[in-house]
Amino acid sequence: MLVSILPLAGLGGLLGLLLGVASRVLHVERSNVAVEIEELLPGTQCGQCGNPSCGAAAEACAVGELPPTFCPPGGRAVAEAIANKLGVALDASALCDEGPKLAEINEDLCIGCTRCYKVCPTDAIAGAAKQLHVVFADACTACGKCEDVCPTECIQLVPVTPTLQTWAWSEPTL
Amino acid sequence: MFKQALRGGVHPSGFKELSNQEAIKRFPLPDTLYLSLQQHLGAPATPLVKVGDRVRKGQLVAASQGMISAPVHAPTSGRVTALAEHTAPHPSGLPVLVISLEPDGLDEWDDIEPVSDPFARDPQEICTRVGAAGIVGLGGATFPAAVKLGSSLETGVETLILNGGECEPYLTCDDRLMREKADEIIRGACLMQHAVQAKEVIIGIEDNKPEALEKMQAAAAGSGIQVKSVPSRYPMGSEKQLVQQLTGIELPARSRAAASGLVMHNVATARAVAQTIDQGRPLISRIVTLSGQALTHQGNWEVPLGTLASQLINYASGFDCKPARLIMGGPMMGIQLPNLHVPIIKGSSGILALTEEEINPTQPSPCVRCARCVQACPMGLLPLEMAANIRKGDVEAAQELGLSDCVGCGACSYTCPASLPLVHLFNYAKGELANREKEARKMKKTQVLAQRREERVARQAREREELLAARRAAAAKKAAEEAAEDNPS
Repeated sequence: MLVSILPLAGLGGLLGLLLGVASRVLHVERSNVAVEIEELLPGTQCGQCGNPSCGAAAEACAVGELPPTFCPPGGRAVAEAIANKLGVALDASALCDEGPKLAEINEDLCIGCTRCYKVCPTDAIAGAAKQLHVVFADACTACGKCEDVCPTECIQLVPVTPTLQTWAWSEPTL
Repeated sequence: MFKQALRGGVHPSGFKELSNQEAIKRFPLPDTLYLSLQQHLGAPATPLVKVGDRVRKGQLVAASQGMISAPVHAPTSGRVTALAEHTAPHPSGLPVLVISLEPDGLDEWDDIEPVSDPFARDPQEICTRVGAAGIVGLGGATFPAAVKLGSSLETGVETLILNGGECEPYLTCDDRLMREKADEIIRGACLMQHAVQAKEVIIGIEDNKPEALEKMQAAAAGSGIQVKSVPSRYPMGSEKQLVQQLTGIELPARSRAAASGLVMHNVATARAVAQTIDQGRPLISRIVTLSGQALTHQGNWEVPLGTLASQLINYASGFDCKPARLIMGGPMMGIQLPNLHVPIIKGSSGILALTEEEINPTQPSPCVRCARCVQACPMGLLPLEMAANIRKGDVEAAQELGLSDCVGCGACSYTCPASLPLVHLFNYAKGELANREKEARKMKKTQVLAQRREERVARQAREREELLAARRAAAAKKAAEEAAEDNPS
């Protein structure tokens, strides 16, 4: 009995120690800048910028591999905040801000497969198996993840049309 | 003793004599009325009628929803023919939901009940009745009157001020109303005084309306209400300016008048309150000034709400020449109309059809920093600096210069020798700031939602893992027991 317990316990302890030391010695320094940029991002890990997560994107942006305009759901507001943080000029032309959008489910095509609400990073879709799904406009960030997984292509990102309550004056041309 | 003089202001030509000569006339019922569900500041009203319903005059057809909202009543008896979208009287020209009402010509009243002996009633009851009658600020701001009265009653105010300034050029609806219905206005003032439990009431009237001032003073004699003349200077009808002129109190920036113990209402609002309390009549019509040199006949009309501006002009006037600009409200702060196919709403103080000479369009040229706008600004701001910052995209800098104190009166644009659209720039910047704030709020919410989801997904994975581990352990135990039974040795 002891013959089997002792070597295994010893092996476990040794490996644990090794891992502990390795995590100290091989610790990857994350710059403060990256952390600060990550705080500005939506944190939905939508992957639209081409990075696997918001953390990775913030890292890449902090070392200058990504321009401040990299975050599509963040839009202009986030781009400006990042440019401010990094102290760089914002190239507004690189910003593909097409105005606010929202996901919309075509009720005729939805089969209730539940795939979209499982991937939604902000829980903005409600539904159940074989039931019609709906989008909560308040929570939707138009990240497009649901659009990608929908088997019937019934989800589309549509631009938000202004109403009397949300309309604002446009910039005068001078 | 050292009453501070008012800052800024301009003296635009009044053009009041165009429309203030004749008495208010009554517009007959049109073929169809288009009752907008958004005739006030705040949330739109919810329709209570269906297509085909028959309604009677004064019947509630749309209820207010939310804290800041106002109900809509039928201006006459008839049948509801549609509930559809129609161009709104709004600078965007966006559609608004309207109830189309076809009058049956009977003009048959719904059961209405006046409030008997209102001064013996609880002030809160008066406020509630004013709210139920759909009364909003008739000077043009259309803020629900009951909300203002109710909050003033709660905080407690010393002075009720009635605004008879009517400082916008061309508009004479309040002028004519004060001349013709002075008794009703004074009655409304007394009722409002009771509703907010104010100690004193002051009515301010610009000195370019001597007849109105005389009539109002005569009507107010013996009631304890003071009717005072104020100098004609735009924007005297703005809340902060009139308060300072009448009481000497300068309202602090970004504060409500109620915080300084004051509440202000328009004279036409007071009359509507008197009609509601004494006759039980909800707000279903208003006085509209028709003016501008492009019209054949100018004047003031009592118009049922929901009448199209085109119906009113076709009946009352017609055009002398093609108007260069159509405006609802006054020329300084009114809204430019895309066409005349828009309904009259509770805030429509006037419909103006101006000629090319009257609007005198000039192309904007570069700012020469003459600072005339600084002299004209009644709020003591620096319009030229704010505009320069906004033009280079820095709305935050404009905000720091006091953009949120701008009342949008248009004195700066009026006086600018370079014809810069200053107020348009400020409106754009205000919208932009509000938008950014909204986006920032949404971003915060998104971060919270995303974090909660991550936590939930992790917790679910852990729970599944634990469940599986428990099952495995149970299976192993069972197997061990079975093995033990097989080999009892």
